[in-house]
Formats: sequence, structure tokens, C-alpha cells
Amino acid sequence: MDGLLSWFDYVASNLDDVWEATVQHASLVLVVILAATLFSVALGVVVQRHSSARQVALSIAGIFLTIPSLALFALFIPLVGIGNPPAIMALFLYALLPILRNTVTGLDEVSPAVVESARGMGMSSRQQLLKVRLPLAWPVIMAGVRVSSLLVVGIAAIAVLVGGDGLGTFIQGGLTRLGLPGSVESVWVGTVFTVLLGLTLDLGFAAVQRLTTSQGLRI
Amino acid sequence: MPDRSMIHLDRVTKVYPGTVDPAVEELTMDIQEGEILVLVGPSGCGKSTTLRLINRMIEPSGGHIFFDGEDVTDVDPDKLRRRIGYVIQQIGLFPHQTIGQNIATVPKMLGWDKKRTAERVEELLDTVGLPAAEFRDRYPKELSGGQAQRVGVARALGADPAVMLMDEPFGAIDPITRDRLQNEFLRLQSELKKTIVFVTHDIDEAIKMGDRIAILGERSVIRQIDTPERILAYPVDDFVDDFIGSGSTLKGLNFERVSGLALSSYPTIKVGEAPEKGLRAMDEANREWTLLLDREHKPLRWLRRTDLQRGAGDMTKRGQHIRAEVEPNATLHDTLEEMLNESTGMCCVVDNRGRYQGVVEISDLTEVIRRLRTEAKEHYDALETVS
Repeated sequence: MDGLLSWFDYVASNLDDVWEATVQHASLVLVVILAATLFSVALGVVVQRHSSARQVALSIAGIFLTIPSLALFALFIPLVGIGNPPAIMALFLYALLPILRNTVTGLDEVSPAVVESARGMGMSSRQQLLKVRLPLAWPVIMAGVRVSSLLVVGIAAIAVLVGGDGLGTFIQGGLTRLGLPGSVESVWVGTVFTVLLGLTLDLGFAAVQRLTTSQGLRI
Repeated sequence: MPDRSMIHLDRVTKVYPGTVDPAVEELTMDIQEGEILVLVGPSGCGKSTTLRLINRMIEPSGGHIFFDGEDVTDVDPDKLRRRIGYVIQQIGLFPHQTIGQNIATVPKMLGWDKKRTAERVEELLDTVGLPAAEFRDRYPKELSGGQAQRVGVARALGADPAVMLMDEPFGAIDPITRDRLQNEFLRLQSELKKTIVFVTHDIDEAIKMGDRIAILGERSVIRQIDTPERILAYPVDDFVDDFIGSGSTLKGLNFERVSGLALSSYPTIKVGEAPEKGLRAMDEANREWTLLLDREHKPLRWLRRTDLQRGAGDMTKRGQHIRAEVEPNATLHDTLEEMLNESTGMCCVVDNRGRYQGVVEISDLTEVIRRLRTEAKEHYDALETVS
């Protein structure tokens, strides 16, 4: 009980810092998700119909996810220095697989009869993609975006180790001062606000998914 | 029907990469303006491939395709397809678009303005029997199979193409709905007069829908192409005969009507007339039955010699009740059906007010069948002599 009260005290007295870190964390995630979505959807569209290329793309995206996060963040420092850039790059690689996989699956699931009729009416490949295949795959792609965003929100806490900002600063700050007053509270602030941010973003993406999916596709 | 070739295939060939035998081999064919040509054949004969070669969903490996006199073998296939309606068995409506948006697909691509497109959508929904107010803003998932197929046809008619290609359009629909859709479509076609190529594997559907039928064998080789009547009367070889299957004679009777028969005169007697008159007429005509008519000339009973020999009196209680009665526009198929239910083996023909016109006997039908066969054979003999 005391712990909880002191946690609230800590949040109340550091409200500005907590808010700033949360906003930084959120913008880090959003930038990464936006870039990863654009890239993965484009890649998914390109590789979907070529079985070997899609295997290679999915395998590589899968390998990115298995690289220990600490190492992956650090790998980019020689290239872009410290700060947010290496974090964004590492998170970008983590975010690829769910979106890429769902793009490919979503496009696979588009009924061949629908594509056949689109083609039969004289739609060009581009029109078939933009007016039929992507809109139909969209709910599945958005499900992938939501998974990626949850994944990235958690891992983004590590950004602090390569000089990035976000809620990781509270966790790391607490851990380095462990035993000193306010250290435990600091770790918990980082953790709890990361979880809350994840839930909020997921709700947000769920709303976007609903608004951007045709009524005809809703169950 | 004006005999003008709307689609002309000139030695069109399709060889799939990696195969030796062509799927379609040097197919030459004309589809006349305003006709329904049905491509029918066993599965794997290449009939769908042939259909898809016409709008170049499949690119031909050789030969030329002419569309209203224009060689379209090398034009932009997307632009070509916008001029041709295309209906497939699975329909393929866009599930993310409303019915109205689905139907507007081609008009939109052709750059029609909003008002014209909206009017066209309304008109087409009306044409296929779906009230626009009720259906325009619904999504495909809310439609039954039959309704979806109607929308599929409306969408193919979107920009009023002169030609429609239909690949087993009613294949996935239950038999009762299919029959209704076929009838609706034939009624529609009698107004629209589109040039239609229709693929099916069902010979009965081919007979029903086709102005002409092309029976295709392997590699889409035409085994016989003609009107359904003539194919049924005179299959040119065993392949066609096997494919039409049993009952082709019966099916052929569907195309002949009672009005085309020379009705044989038959002994009749009117209510109130002396039985002797009937007996005399039977003797003269050498018939077993005589027909009792009422004062308005409507048939009442079949009477035997013995019924008449019982002398004068109320004849309406004698003899046999008349079961088989058809009007002149009835098909011979229906007439035969009626005859089989009648113990006299004869069918009365009456006009639309029920007045006696004559009698059809089984020998009249065999005579028709013989005539159809002879005519068809003469037609083919003449063709042979020419070539």
C-alpha cells in the first residue's frame, strides 16, 4: 500500500517528465510503425506472387526478430551515431515481420474470382491492386500493424541504452540507482506507462482499422 | 437476325508454356451479331480457355481475333475488356463495395459523369429485377446466390457492351433458381440483343440457352456447330451423339409446336346429334374412337363404338373423360407428355377459347421426328456437296 502511494507521489511530482517521456516514446513508435507499414506493404505486394522471393523476405524479417534487441540497437551506432536514429532503425526491423506476413496473407486471401472479375472488366494491374486487392487485404494488414505496434512499444524502452529517449529513461534511471530513494518507483513508472501507452496505441489502431475497413467486409 | 459476324476467330491457337499439345488448336469460328452461341463440351476440352481467349484473359499463341471487324489481337487488353461484358460462375462481386459501386465499375473507368453513372446503375438494377432503392447501397454479403448472380449480370452490362462472355454463369446455383435465372436472362436477351458467348458443360442448358451450339472436343476442336434443333435431330458423329446423350429425340420435340402440325381430321359428334352419324363417321375414317363435342364445339368425351351403339340418350355420361388437351402453341414435348396420360393415346387440340381444332396422334409425332432428321441430313449433305 505504501509502495502504491509513493508511486503516485512520484508520478505526481514528476508529471512533466513522465508526460514528456511518454510523448517521446509514442512518437518513436509511431514513426517506426509508419515507416515499417509503408515498407512492408510495398514489399509484401512485390513478393506475394513469387514463392521464392516471399520465402526469402519472410525469413529475413523473421531473423531480425530473433536478433537480441540489445545487440541490434548497438549495431547501428557505428552507422548513425547514438540517439534516436539507431533506435528507430532497430525498431523498424522488428516491426517488419508481422506487417509483412499479414500483407502477404491478406493478399493471398483475396478471392481469385474477385481478381478475375476485376481483370475481366478491364482493370489494369495497378487498379486491381489499389481498388480491389489492397482494400480487401486491409483488415488483415491492420491486424499486423497492431501486433507490430505492441511489439515495438515494449522493445522501444531499450532505446535509452543507445542514447534515445522515451519511457526507458525511467527504467534505466531507476535500475542504475537501485536502493536509493525513488529508484523502484522510477522503474515502475517506466513499466506501467509503457504498458498503458501500448494499450492506448492499440485502441487507436483498432479505431483506425475500423474506420478504414469497408462496411461490406465487417462481420 | 442479320448475319453479321460480331466476333471472328481466325485459326486461334493456345499452347501453354511447357506443354506440347495445344489447349486450343487452330480454332476458326464466327459469332453472329445478336446471337447466343453456347460452347459446350466435356470438361477439359478447352471451352473456358476458348472463351477467355476472346477477351484475351489468356493471350493466344497464334491466330487472330476480330471484334466487329477490327483485329484486336494486339490492342491494349484492358481497354478491350472494358468493351466486353464478362460473367463468371463465382461472380466475383467486390465485397468491399456496395451493389451500386460494383455495377458502376466499368462506367467509372470509362469516365462517365456521376449523374449518367447513377442513372445507369438504377436502370440496370431495374432491368435485372432488383429494386434500386432497396439494393443500391447494400453490400454483396447481404445477397442470396441468385441475387448476386443478377448483380453480376447487371455489372457486366454496366457500360452497355455489345458483347458478353459468360462462363458457366448459372453453374453454382440451385436447380430451381437456375431455371428462373435462365428464363429471366432469355427474356432480357430478347430485348437487349447482345452478342453472347456462353460456356457450359450441361447440354440441357446449352439446348435451352443457345441460338446455336458449338460442341467442342479435345483441344477445342469444333465437332458440330448448329442450331440446337438440328444438332438434336442429326448428331454428325458418335462423339456428338454420346455427348447429347439419351433422350435427344425427346429434347428435340421441345422445339416443335402443335401449330406446325397438319392436324388430322377426326370423327366427331355433337351433343344432341344422332349416334348413327357418329358410327358412320367412324366407319368412314376407320377409327376406334369418336369425339363428343358440346354445342360450342368444345370437346367433352371420347366415345367408343359400343358407347354409340347404346342408342340415343345422354352421351355426356358415356365413354371416357378427356385428359389430354393442348393449345396450338404447346410444344410437341408437352403434347407427348399429355398423350402418355391419355388411355386413347391421342391428344385434343383446342384454341384459346377451348374449341376443338383437331387431334394429335403418336404417328404425327414420329412423322415430325422423321421429317426433322431428313431435313437435317439434307442440310448436312448439301454442305458436304458444297465443300
